Amino acid sequence: MTTMARTMPRRDIFAFWDRIKMPLFYGVLILWTLISVFPFWVSVVYSLKPVANSYAPPYLWPIPFTLENYRTVLTQFELFPRWLLNSTVVAIAVMLIRTLFCAMGGYAFARLRFPGKDLLFTLTLFTMMVPGQVTLIPQFLIIGPGVIRNLTIAGVEIPTGFGLLNNLGALILPSIVDAFGLFMMTQFYKSIPTELEEAALVDGLGRFGIFFRIVLPISQTALLTLALFTFQGTWNSFMWPLIVLRSPENFTLPIGLQWFKGEYYTLYSIVLAGSIFNSLPIIIIFFLFQRYFIRSVAVTGLKEA
Amino acid sequence: MFSQAKRRKLSEWFTAYVFLAPWFFILFVFVLFSIGWAFYLSFTDYNLFSPPKWVGLSQYIRVLRDRDFLQRALPNTLQYVAVVVPIQTFISLIIAFALDQNIRFRRFFRTAFYVPSVTSSVVISLIFVWLFSKVGIINQIFHLKIDWLNSPTYALPTIMMVNIWSTIGTMMLIFLAALQDIPLTLYEAAQIDGANRFQILRYVTIPALRPAIFFVVTMGVIGCFQVFDQIYVMTAGGPLGSTTTIAYLIYKWAFGSTNIQMGRASAVAFILSLMILVVVLIQRRIIEREE
Repeated sequence: MTTMARTMPRRDIFAFWDRIKMPLFYGVLILWTLISVFPFWVSVVYSLKPVANSYAPPYLWPIPFTLENYRTVLTQFELFPRWLLNSTVVAIAVMLIRTLFCAMGGYAFARLRFPGKDLLFTLTLFTMMVPGQVTLIPQFLIIGPGVIRNLTIAGVEIPTGFGLLNNLGALILPSIVDAFGLFMMTQFYKSIPTELEEAALVDGLGRFGIFFRIVLPISQTALLTLALFTFQGTWNSFMWPLIVLRSPENFTLPIGLQWFKGEYYTLYSIVLAGSIFNSLPIIIIFFLFQRYFIRSVAVTGLKEA
Repeated sequence: MFSQAKRRKLSEWFTAYVFLAPWFFILFVFVLFSIGWAFYLSFTDYNLFSPPKWVGLSQYIRVLRDRDFLQRALPNTLQYVAVVVPIQTFISLIIAFALDQNIRFRRFFRTAFYVPSVTSSVVISLIFVWLFSKVGIINQIFHLKIDWLNSPTYALPTIMMVNIWSTIGTMMLIFLAALQDIPLTLYEAAQIDGANRFQILRYVTIPALRPAIFFVVTMGVIGCFQVFDQIYVMTAGGPLGSTTTIAYLIYKWAFGSTNIQMGRASAVAFILSLMILVVVLIQRRIIEREE
């Protein structure tokens, strides 16, 4: 290119660029598609091969073919279905609770007047900037053993923690609402017209009624976007469950899979088959609701811009 | 007693506080109190079993003299950020740019690129541990015999690559949204003024992308400084500490060993926050100065 730039007049460079531009862009896109898809493709292929062939060619097609690994995962490991269930319960619970609470809080920030609102909103934005590592240890203490052990006032022992270690509640309680979702819903409610609510107010409907009967039904898109985003985050989350869950029967799928890997390192086809149970549901949900996922990314991008 | 207006105002207050009650609970207990308590703990010696013992600044001093921190976690993390952030930003920008052209099957490409970003870090790590094992497919295809994740030289670069691979989908989408937001009239005006394609790129497209670039780089910096999942699953900080990052060290000191050091781990967490803050501010300066 550099020699060309020197010998060619400008117009010719552009003509040359116009000729190679589209093939070049298609080349980039196809190359990256292959890079993106290859690891998933081979992991599915090898999950369908016998364990003895965990590293053997052919790479791109399951020869010899077997469903044995999936059968092993679901029947030989009594804990596996349990992990699947735990993950599902937690992800759905957090999704429903957080979406509702974020919508309520976002509505309050966007529409209602109350003392301390600006300060609270600023605090909310501030908390988004604090790295998770800072609050990790105290959150662990609050959820589990307590911030102060054996705190007694006037002879009465005061608990300073929820005692939820090794309990799925530990995954739900701190996640019932979060700053990001609140912020997203606040922005959403600020962007929609107020006429409908004003009319309802004149008709004598209270704020509660307005929110639940008028506002929630018209916020479906925003609610679904937040719900999917939350589901994905909870379903995939790793560090917090790793810290608060102790016994294998309470693991969520990512923690279980990680533990699995340690136990069956040499039987990798089984690990891959297990992994599919974690990645496939979220990929299917992504395909079904692609529009909303893409919106959620665009919304994340908007918050700074 | 109350006038109608006053009653309405009070009921609005009441509704707002009820609607925000869950957030008050989380904000005050799990966020603000936690930050304060972590700050307090960072000045103590605390092993979870006996009460925190006030030790002043000595945890910070000890961290700054600690071999694991100074010779492993700190350089590894900085190297990680310095390599991953520019590469992931650059590749995702190129891909977004290609997708923004008059491309067929745009939806298909966009979907394929985003799949790694919806998949859990654990599954991705498990797949790459297998792909990059000594007898794995990557070595077979390229006729190599590198023990990627058990080599102090290759382990960190391998994890960097995995992270770049898995984050590009999200970043590409942000750039694509920003590119599609640039008004066509801006391009038309530049063309009427006689700008050539290079000048349009330089004076229209890139300035319009600046907020998106700032956002993506910030996200990348924050994410990279806190990298944990991939490290935990793929190498557990090894071999020989070559993949120990700051976030991993915090986990190890607070939860991951028999010698629990919650005070020291908290001190590292604050040092980490300060580093993130400084890097983000410097980066903002640089992007603003370009203007």
